[in-house]
Amino acid sequence: MASLDLATTPTTGALPTTPGPTRRPPRPARRNPLRLLRRWVSPVVLLGLWQALSSAGVIDERTIASPAQIFTRAVELVQDGTLGSATLTSLQRVGIGFAIGAAIGMTLAIVAGLSRIGEDAIDPPMQMLRTLPHFGLIPLFILWFGIGEQPKITLIAMGVTFPLYLNTFAGIRNIDRKTIEAARAMNLTWVQRVRHVIVPGALPQTLTGLRQSLGIAWLSLIVAETISASSGLGYMINNARDFLQTDVIVVGLAVYSLLGLATDGIVRYLEGRALAWRS
Amino acid sequence: MAFLKRSTGTATAPRPATGTLDSPDAPGTPDEVVARVRGHHRSFGRQHVLRGIDLDVRPGEFVALLGRSGCGKSTLLRSLARLDPVPAGEVEITGRTGVAFQEPRLLPWRTVHENVALALLNSPDRPRREELAEATLAEVGLTDKLGAWPLQLSGGQAQRVSLARALVSNPSLLLLDEPFSALDALTRIEMHQLVIELWRRHSMAVLIVTHDVDEALALADRVVVLDHGVVAHTWTVSLPRSDRAPSQPEIATTRAEILDALGVRPTPPNPKRNPLKNQGAA
Repeated sequence: MASLDLATTPTTGALPTTPGPTRRPPRPARRNPLRLLRRWVSPVVLLGLWQALSSAGVIDERTIASPAQIFTRAVELVQDGTLGSATLTSLQRVGIGFAIGAAIGMTLAIVAGLSRIGEDAIDPPMQMLRTLPHFGLIPLFILWFGIGEQPKITLIAMGVTFPLYLNTFAGIRNIDRKTIEAARAMNLTWVQRVRHVIVPGALPQTLTGLRQSLGIAWLSLIVAETISASSGLGYMINNARDFLQTDVIVVGLAVYSLLGLATDGIVRYLEGRALAWRS
Repeated sequence: MAFLKRSTGTATAPRPATGTLDSPDAPGTPDEVVARVRGHHRSFGRQHVLRGIDLDVRPGEFVALLGRSGCGKSTLLRSLARLDPVPAGEVEITGRTGVAFQEPRLLPWRTVHENVALALLNSPDRPRREELAEATLAEVGLTDKLGAWPLQLSGGQAQRVSLARALVSNPSLLLLDEPFSALDALTRIEMHQLVIELWRRHSMAVLIVTHDVDEALALADRVVVLDHGVVAHTWTVSLPRSDRAPSQPEIATTRAEILDALGVRPTPPNPKRNPLKNQGAA
């Protein structure tokens, strides 16, 4: 949509200043249905090409299945419940890992953000730990926790903790001191200042951190499930690999991206609701 | 001239000082002042900003605090607003204070109405805060902006909200820290009129910190000049506010005296360029 806006703005801006008989009536460029339709043409053509090449036998099924085959397989997987239960298992992992990571990250950020002692105690180790590539910790996690649910959830929680901590902490610290002082001049208590100044003031950046951390949560899940899993989407994909079922692999990948898109959409919606004051 | 008195020195207020210095806690005196500052010192590190300030503000009095940058006038205001810790006994305030700063300092994530109502959260008027906030916003002429976000306001409108927020708790002392210095000249004139209107209606004491001599002379009953952390000079301005054209001989004289006290070479007032000429407040 952004590229669409960029492309149409200069055109519409020039229209009223262009005199002459050829001047067209102004049209709603952003929601032009023809334009939206046109943007679907190339994806559909590519999909058709893929299908044609698969049907003609140019693309081997073991390299990648045809779109029609993938679609049929997706319907099958939904109908026999495989996809549903796998998705649910994966969602549960992300949910638990995210909840743990978010609780740790937010709590640490709030303590560090609201007190100097807290900052001095919490921020240095957090700044050091955040430089660790958390996927690099997988061998350690496997040593510590084996290959069950624990290392997966720990990996997701680790991935969530840092972006949320860093953004929430920065959000709290970037609130204008003068605004906080004005709240003191109004005789607001500490709790009231936190509620009416600190929390809403830190919210924009916290939500940015939330979006980042959700992205990392999904990524961590995929990595964790790809390495070892006996259930979930990653298990479904790994299992399919052993049987050269490229269609199942693509279905699994599509579900991953849809889930990621969905959680991102939820946070975007929250942002729109909570940050109306910035308009 | 009887309207304008000049007095010099640290402890000399234009009011009779008998009794207050020796017995600040004597019966009868607490009602006499809304703010009493005695021997107030403030220092930051090795820098002494206030070196024994003595100042009284009486109920309903309009005081302007003038001084060069770094003279300690804003520090004194912060002491009066209880924004900084102050040694016991040096600053006594009777009643509530309201503060408006140079920047409006509104909470951008709360509506105009909520911003004002928040000032009553810990007041006895808390149950009526919605209605009082609305009434105060009406007083500053912003009835149509109740639901607006602060970021949608002009500088002058935001400063009006800030004034409403300072006023809504019905303070006995309104503290204004260079509240109009960031506004354009025309808006500033409107704000001067508004402040005088509000002051008349609410009859609270006002202490305005400013570096604008003309603003001080247009608004205040008393002009106090701080220098190096002490009260250096005090002028009483008893001319009606409508008669305070810069061309008025008394005003011109006082203006020259104040500028002299501030270390500025006195310049003859230029009535054509001075926006205070048209101020209708009296």
